[in-house]
Amino acid sequence: MSQLANYEQTAKNFGNPNWVAYKTIVRTEIRRFARIWVQTLIPPAITMMLYFIIFGTLIGRRIGDMGGFDYMAYIVPGLIMMSVVTNSYTNVSSSFFGAKFGRFVEEMLVSPISNQTILLGYVTGGVARALLVAIIVTLVSLFFTRLLIHDIFAVISITILTSVLFSLLGFINGVYATRFDDISIIPTFVLTPLTYLGGVFFSIDLLPEFWASVAQLNPILYVVNAFRFGILGISDVSLVYAYGILISVTILSYLVALHLLSKGAGVRS
Amino acid sequence: MSYALEIKGLKKTYDNGFEALKGIDLAVEEGDFFALLGPNGAGKSTTIGVLCSLVNKTAGQVHVMGYDIDTDFSMAKRRVGVVPQEFNFNQFEKTQNILINTAGYHGIPRAEALPRIEHYLKRLGLWEKKDNPSRALSGGMKRRLLIARALIHQPDLLILDEPTAGVDIELRRGMWDFLKEINDQGTTIILTTHYLEEAEALCRNVSIINNGEIIANSSTRDLLATLNTVTFVCDLADPLTEVPIIEGYECLLASPQTLEVEVDQGQSLNAVFSALSSRNVSVTSMRTKTNRLEELFVTMTSGSNG
Repeated sequence: MSQLANYEQTAKNFGNPNWVAYKTIVRTEIRRFARIWVQTLIPPAITMMLYFIIFGTLIGRRIGDMGGFDYMAYIVPGLIMMSVVTNSYTNVSSSFFGAKFGRFVEEMLVSPISNQTILLGYVTGGVARALLVAIIVTLVSLFFTRLLIHDIFAVISITILTSVLFSLLGFINGVYATRFDDISIIPTFVLTPLTYLGGVFFSIDLLPEFWASVAQLNPILYVVNAFRFGILGISDVSLVYAYGILISVTILSYLVALHLLSKGAGVRS
Repeated sequence: MSYALEIKGLKKTYDNGFEALKGIDLAVEEGDFFALLGPNGAGKSTTIGVLCSLVNKTAGQVHVMGYDIDTDFSMAKRRVGVVPQEFNFNQFEKTQNILINTAGYHGIPRAEALPRIEHYLKRLGLWEKKDNPSRALSGGMKRRLLIARALIHQPDLLILDEPTAGVDIELRRGMWDFLKEINDQGTTIILTTHYLEEAEALCRNVSIINNGEIIANSSTRDLLATLNTVTFVCDLADPLTEVPIIEGYECLLASPQTLEVEVDQGQSLNAVFSALSSRNVSVTSMRTKTNRLEELFVTMTSGSNG
């Protein structure tokens, strides 16, 4: 009993709980997607392998070069980013919605941790999954083409920035979702079309002037091209412009997500 | 006098216009075992929701262990443990992991949490189930897991919302003993329950809330003293053919061997026994017809509804 008394004393005296809480959320999130690896880590590898085979090997041979590279090498950066976008987004939206649906999000809400800690914990979980999937997809791509990294800083920073941004957007989706359908609507009807039209498979230089201007409104275009610059050294958009857009949209998304959490949107009555 | 909980003018109006709390005042002393009673929809869970930040209040002031929830909610939350009505833990997590996570959310590192988890799981009879997924636990075990989770950060104020709902009698009694022990060690306990004998057996003070308003607030003893009549049910050794007439007391023969006697406040039971003895009526056992608090509760809430 005296041992327990010591614990009680410690409990009364514990300091800022946020760092331990942050690590707890991150650990829980990583354990969650690792536990269901067949659903979370294997499908991106298989999907990307199919893309490499069909678009890269079979169709790519007929297309020839693009941007000075063979077509397979050209699409690899876009496909890696496509995996990062999809996985960071769905990881956070489904996890946060699941916590709401099962009501165990209340465990966090009744605890003394800050809203920032909750948000950062979920975002880190999304980033962790996105990075792991990016590594898996990159390894798969090595069976089909050689990858030479042109700018490692751009590769790392764009990957992290993109996964942070889409984790935040996934979080906002999770906040508003009231049914499981609500967390698949955005990936299906918004993210996938934007990704396909975001320069993964083609250079926007191939588009007529009007459509090339329209394509520049697509944020995924900047993600894909900035990452392609990191790998191949070519981009359809200015790198500075790409970083500017990515950073500003990320900050805006962070503030929106934090505001929603502070207001208790979707989680408090 | 220091209060574990002080509520002043607490109001909550939901988005659909429903006024769940109409400006309630409540004070719970430190160390108290306090019951918050009320029918369904009275405002009990809304009040608890406000205390643990699951419900945003519309107006009013709330202090938990001296901390204002408007300015020091983080500190207030450190002092409160909540046992909700529903199972709100991750059904896919192992029992032990649920407690590790909750400890983590309170800033308690894993190494420090583990011995504490062992203590509570053993005390609540869940240690053998620590590696089982929580969905595999029985209803009673899940209830106990909620209690262990609420205690993991050693709160000064423990709030239990219907903690023994759906729990069998033996287990309920065990949980009562555990809660009494926690209260004896200094933890203030606020309990909402539908089992009014639970409130009568455990709580020193009671508030009754109805339609978003506090309609009674006093010690359990004082509240019960306001009851004018108690009906005692006497089991008889031998059957009777007619109702014995006892002067000053209303009697009813519910069955040949069951006699009901209404005793007004201030009347003595000795006179009843004397009268029955003089008629050679032997009483083998006796109990109150209804739970006294329940009787009072029904009277008060139906009165205020009507």
